[in-house]
Amino acid sequence: MNQLFTIAKLDFFESFRSRWFAGYTAVFLLLIVAIFLSGVTESRVMGFSGLTRLLLIFIQACNIILPIFILVTTVRTIAKERDSNVFEYLLSFPVSLAAYYWGKVLGRLLVIWLPLLLTIVLALAIGLVRGGEIPWRLLCLYTALLAFSSFTFLGIGFFISVSTKSQELALGIALFVWLLLIALIDIALIGFLIQKMVPDNLVFALALLNPVQAFRLAAIALFDPVLSVIGPTAYFLLDTFGSTGIIAYALLYLGFVGMLFLSLGFLVFRRRDLF
Amino acid sequence: MIDILNLDKSFSGQKILSGITLNIAEGEKVLFLGHNGAGKTTLIRCLLGEYRPNRGKVTVNGHPVIGERVAALRQIAFVPQLPPPIRFTLNELFEYAAKIGHCSIDKIKENSLYFGLDAEAHKHKAFYKLSGGMKQKILISIAFSRNADVMIFDEPTANLDAVGRDCFRKLIGAPEMRGKTIVFISHRLEELSSIVTRVVELDLGEVVRDERV
Repeated sequence: MNQLFTIAKLDFFESFRSRWFAGYTAVFLLLIVAIFLSGVTESRVMGFSGLTRLLLIFIQACNIILPIFILVTTVRTIAKERDSNVFEYLLSFPVSLAAYYWGKVLGRLLVIWLPLLLTIVLALAIGLVRGGEIPWRLLCLYTALLAFSSFTFLGIGFFISVSTKSQELALGIALFVWLLLIALIDIALIGFLIQKMVPDNLVFALALLNPVQAFRLAAIALFDPVLSVIGPTAYFLLDTFGSTGIIAYALLYLGFVGMLFLSLGFLVFRRRDLF
Repeated sequence: MIDILNLDKSFSGQKILSGITLNIAEGEKVLFLGHNGAGKTTLIRCLLGEYRPNRGKVTVNGHPVIGERVAALRQIAFVPQLPPPIRFTLNELFEYAAKIGHCSIDKIKENSLYFGLDAEAHKHKAFYKLSGGMKQKILISIAFSRNADVMIFDEPTANLDAVGRDCFRKLIGAPEMRGKTIVFISHRLEELSSIVTRVVELDLGEVVRDERV
């Protein structure tokens, strides 16, 4: 375990100094500030105002930008070290491959969680300063959803990173995965269904299997328990699971997908040439 | 100490190493020679467990490098030909070496000073931002600070100035190094001629010469 924590700590500090981390942190913090400054917290749409409204807009933005940020920054983790022969040296030390891989995962997880946590704290501070009611349950569920979602995309990112031979290819695959997942959210699914006459159940299954969609459904279910703001796929899922079921499913599913891809990534990492 | 048995390694169907069998005894100082593409670096990477052989196996003191990786590598200190662009600061690199490679940070700094490099003064600098010579001195200092029975040097003096090369020769020739097994990859045969006890030449992935000198 000592090796794992050493790798995690060193990876955390290395990432902490990097430009991508500064950019990643700035984007989320500025997003919250921009939403606040735009005055939307003063307005009321569908009964939402104040901090709840701020969070509603923020979570919709996160649904799109969080996956791409995490994928782009994570896919280079292993691929870059392999490309530049850093592996040749660091892995010549008596470090177990499990400690190295999972240490990197842990370090990177902390690095991507920290700015998200800071953003939540900033949103909370804005809410407190403005003196409105703080939706604590929503805030906690929302934080958990962001944490699980980032874990999912970290897992997918690590899997791509260990499975590809170069950083460029890893980056290309990451962008393709993101576009595919974005394309398969509700509105595109409906278009697909109408055009191709695909069986309804297949479309619902695709919606359930898409982590971006799972995040989106749960995010909206947190604010809108009747899911009135999204399409027919959501109605079916709401009927089947109920809003609490959708939130529970999303958290469990996102955790499962993250762990599945991280584990597959580790198997690839352990069984292939290291570079 | 190092046993390489019937080692084959191919990449995309192209055979790079073919049936390599070598036994390197404790205390031997072996120089690997060969043209570019002869398979020297691939052999070293197999020895470090970084490449998985298509056939055959490598053991270090009885520990297979694939399967008992940690036990095998605990006995090996390695210096690559080109210092990689590690983004750790020197402090972090020393921490990695100390905690993973079981050595003392003070010893690394002491060795660096021997090479005329004050590591303490650069401790917050990123390793990759140092000059080529400084990086090489740091990696050599780390290797010598580890209490490893086997040392592997891939063109260790390529980036060093005359003073650095002289320091390296002195360290390698020190009495405490007598019992250690050392593997060199170098084209500078004359520079190491007083140290090496065996020369192994590779060509197209096969051992074409193996002589005790």
